[in-house]
Amino acid sequence: MSNITPLKTEAEQALIAQGATVASDRKEAFARFLEHGLPHRRVEAYHYTDLRALLKSAPPPAKAGGKITTTSPLADIDAHVLTVVDGRYDASLSGALPKGASVSASSALADDGSNEKGLLSADPVIALNAAFSDSVLDITIAAKAEIEKPILIRLVTTGAHASYPRVRLNVGDHAKAFIVESHEGAAAGSLIDSVLELRMGDHVTFDHLRLNLVDHAATVLTTFGGAMGKESLYRGHNFVVGGSLSRHQIFFRFEGEQSKAEISSACLLNAKQHADTTLVVDHAVPECQSREFFAHVLDHESTGVFQGKIIVRPGAQQTDGKMMSRAIVLEDGATMNNKPELEIFADDVACGHGATVGALDEDLLFYLRARGLPKAEAEALMLQAFVGEALEKIEHDAIRDTLEAHTEQWLKARSA
Amino acid sequence: MVAVKETVEQVKQLDVDQYKYGFTTDLEVDKAPKGLNEDIVRFISAKKGEPQWMLDWRLDAFRRWKTMDEPQWARVHYPKIDFNDSYYYAAPKKNAAPKTLDDVDPAILDTYKKLGIPLREQELLAGVQTSKVAVDAVFDSVSVVTTFKEELKKAGVIFCSISEAIKDHPELVKKYLGSVVPVTDNYYATLNCAVFTDGSFVYIPEGTRCPMELSTYFRINEKNTGQFERTLIIAEKGSYVSYLEGCTAPQRDENQLHAAVVELVALDDAEIKYSTVQNWYPGDAEGKGGIYNFVTKRGDCRGANSKISWTQVETGSAITWKYPSCILRGDNSRGEFYSIAVSNGYQQVDSGTKMIHLGKNTTSRIISKGISAGKSQNTYRGQVSAHRKATNARNFTNCDSLLIGETCGAHTVPYLESKNASAVFEHEATTSKISEDQLFYCRQRGLSAEEATALIVNGFVKDVLQQLPMEFAVEAQKLISISLEGSVG
Repeated sequence: MSNITPLKTEAEQALIAQGATVASDRKEAFARFLEHGLPHRRVEAYHYTDLRALLKSAPPPAKAGGKITTTSPLADIDAHVLTVVDGRYDASLSGALPKGASVSASSALADDGSNEKGLLSADPVIALNAAFSDSVLDITIAAKAEIEKPILIRLVTTGAHASYPRVRLNVGDHAKAFIVESHEGAAAGSLIDSVLELRMGDHVTFDHLRLNLVDHAATVLTTFGGAMGKESLYRGHNFVVGGSLSRHQIFFRFEGEQSKAEISSACLLNAKQHADTTLVVDHAVPECQSREFFAHVLDHESTGVFQGKIIVRPGAQQTDGKMMSRAIVLEDGATMNNKPELEIFADDVACGHGATVGALDEDLLFYLRARGLPKAEAEALMLQAFVGEALEKIEHDAIRDTLEAHTEQWLKARSA
Repeated sequence: MVAVKETVEQVKQLDVDQYKYGFTTDLEVDKAPKGLNEDIVRFISAKKGEPQWMLDWRLDAFRRWKTMDEPQWARVHYPKIDFNDSYYYAAPKKNAAPKTLDDVDPAILDTYKKLGIPLREQELLAGVQTSKVAVDAVFDSVSVVTTFKEELKKAGVIFCSISEAIKDHPELVKKYLGSVVPVTDNYYATLNCAVFTDGSFVYIPEGTRCPMELSTYFRINEKNTGQFERTLIIAEKGSYVSYLEGCTAPQRDENQLHAAVVELVALDDAEIKYSTVQNWYPGDAEGKGGIYNFVTKRGDCRGANSKISWTQVETGSAITWKYPSCILRGDNSRGEFYSIAVSNGYQQVDSGTKMIHLGKNTTSRIISKGISAGKSQNTYRGQVSAHRKATNARNFTNCDSLLIGETCGAHTVPYLESKNASAVFEHEATTSKISEDQLFYCRQRGLSAEEATALIVNGFVKDVLQQLPMEFAVEAQKLISISLEGSVG
C-alpha cells in the first residue's frame, strides 16, 4: 500500500454525498464502505477490476415508482414471476407462488459482509448494497416442497439511476426448486448493486440461473452467497451478455458432507465491455464435490476476468474439486485475465484447475471452410459449440433453448 | 490419494531437525555499526573502495527505499522486521583481500570443505572424468575467493565478484546494473541496491561457450547480519553459460535477512541456464530462527532467439519469497522455469515465476512441484502475460502440489493475462494428465495402475532434476525418489 492518500474519485465523492441520506441503522454499513472507499488494483480481489478507475460516476438511488418498459427475455417461459423494480419488490407485478413457496418483502437491515458467519465476505460492494438497500425480498421454499415450474425473479432497473436489490432465499430439507435471477432493463449510466443470499438445508436439489441481459452501457455489480447442508445438489449457471462493466461475485460454502455443486458460466463480450467473475468455493466439510466451468468469448476490445478459488479447510478430506476456465480471444484488442487459485489444507483430496486462453482452432476452422462454410459462419459455429458446453449444463429445456437463441443472435450480430 | 511411504521418508530426511550445515565458524570479523542509515551506505561503499557514481546510485536507492512500504500480498506471515537491528556489513578480518587461495583464512577454507565445496583448482586426474567448476565463494558480505579465473580469462570470460567488476569493468556494470531489475522495482530489491555488499559478475563474450560450469556459494556466518548479494550475468550474442548457486547458514535462534537481486541479460542467440540449490537454515522444529529469504531474480531475453532457463530446488529458509522471472523481449525467445520446493517444520514458501511475453513467437514453460509437510505452507504464485504485440506467444504451465500430513497447506495462485488473440496459454494443475498410452504400456508389462503412475511421475520429476548440472546436485538428488503420487493441483 502506498502511504500517499489518494484523492477521492468523482464516483466516490458522489457516493459519499448520497451516504449522508442513509437511514441511521444503515450508517454502520456505509461506514464500512467508507473505510476503504472503492476498491482499486492494489486490492488483490479487485486486481483486474479497478473500480476506482472503471466506475466513472455513481448515479443517485432510484426513487419509487419506476415504470417497466421492457419485456423479460424469458417472457415465453412458463414460470412463477416475481418482480423487483429498482430494488423494491412489486407485488402487483408478481404472481402467486405455489404451495410450499412463500414470499415477503421488508425493510429489514441486510448483512453487509462483516459478519464472519454470514454467507458473504467483507467487501465494499456488499457494504454499499447493505447501506442503500431499503427492501429485502425473502423467499422461502418449505421442507419437502417440490416446485415444478421455475421461479423467475425479474430484477428490473428502469432508468439511469442506482438500484440495490437484496434477495434472501431459504430452502428447507428435501426441497427442490429452480430459481432464475434475471437482471434486466437499465440504461446508460445505471448502476446495479445486487446481493442474493441462499441457504439450503439437507437433501436439497436446487437450480439457479443468473442472467445478465441489461443495457450494454450499464454497470452491474452482483453478489451471490450460498451455503448448503449435507447430501444436496446445487447447480448454478450464469449467462452474461450485458453491461459495460460487470462483476459477479460468488461465495459458496459446503456446510454438510457429501454434497455436490456445479457452477458454470458463459460470457459473451464485445466492444469495450468488461466482465469479471470472482468465485470462492469453500470446502469446509469433508466428502464434497465441486465442479466449475467458465467459458469466455471476447471480441473487439472487451476484457474478461475470471478469478476462481477453491478452499479446502483443514479436515475436509476426500474433497473433490475441479475448476476449468476457457477463453477465446477473437481480436488483439481483447484481454483475458485468469486467476484460478487453490488453497488446500487437507492431504487426502483431489483438486485441480485448468485454464486456457487462445484463438479459435485454425485446423477446425480450415476443416469447416474446406466444406464450403464462409469464414464468419464457420467461426460462429465453433463459438456456438464452445458456449454450448456451458449452456448444456442447464437442466431446463425451454430456458436452455432461449439462451442458445440469444447466443445465436449475438453471433449473428458479430458477423453482420 | 495419500502420499506414499517412500516419499514421506524422503521428506523426513529433509526435515528442519536434520539440517546439516548449521555449524558456525569462529572468525574475527570487520563489521559495520549496527543499523541502517545513509552513513552505513557510505560505509559499505567506502569499504569496497567504490567510485562516486556507485555511491550516488546506492544513496539514491536508499532514499527511495525509505519512501516505500513492505509488500503484504504474499502468503507469508512474520513479525515486523526491524531493519535497524542488524549488521549490514561483516567481513572476515584476516587477509582482507587474498591474492591466492593460500592467503585465505584456513578457518574459511575449512568451512567450505565441510560444506563440500571444492575451492582448490584440482587438476583433472588421469583416467577420472570429472568436469571442472569455477567457484566464487561469498562469505557474509564479501567474496573470499574466485577459482579458475585465469583459465576463464583465456576464453574471454569474466567471472569475478561484483566489487571487482565495479572497479575493473565499470563500463559493463554501468550499462547493465539495474537494467533488468530497476532500482525501485520492489521494496527488497531497492534495499539491496542501497546495501548490497558482494555477489558474482559474469560476462560471456560474443560467440563463446563458457568452458566450465560457474558457481557461487553463499554462506551467512555472522550473527545478526543480513546478506545482500547482487549477481549480474551478461551473455553476449551467441554465447552460452550455465551457472549455479548454493546457499547455507548456521543454526541460530534469530531470524536473519537475505535479500538478493539477480539480473540476467541474454542477447541475440544467447542462452543462460541458472540453477539454484537453496538450503538456508530453515529454523528449528518449533519454528524459531531461520533465514528470511526475500529474493528478486529476473532474466531479460533481450535478443532474438535467446533463452533463459531457471531451475531451482528450494528446501531451506524460514520464509521464501522468490519469483525468478523471464522478460521475453526478443522475438523467438524462450523462458523456462523448473522448480521443486519442499517445505517442512514451520517453513513458509511463496514462490513461482513470471513469464512476460513481449516479443513475437516467444515461448515459455513452467514446471513447478511443491511438497509440503509438517506445519508448513507452500504457495506457487506465477504470472504469465502476453503483451498486445506478442503474436504467437505460447505458454505451458504445470504445477502440482503434494501434501504430507494434515497440518500443512499447499496453494496455487496463477495469473494468466492475455492481450493477444494469437497467444495460447495452457495452465494445468493436476496429475490426471498422464498420458493414457504410457499408462497402458506400463500396465501391459504387469505394473499396477499405481505403480505405473508412480513410475511415470518419477520419471518426470527426474526430468526437472536433470536440468541441474551434476555438480552441486547432491541435495537435489536426494529428492529424486520423491514421487508426486497423490498430488493435488
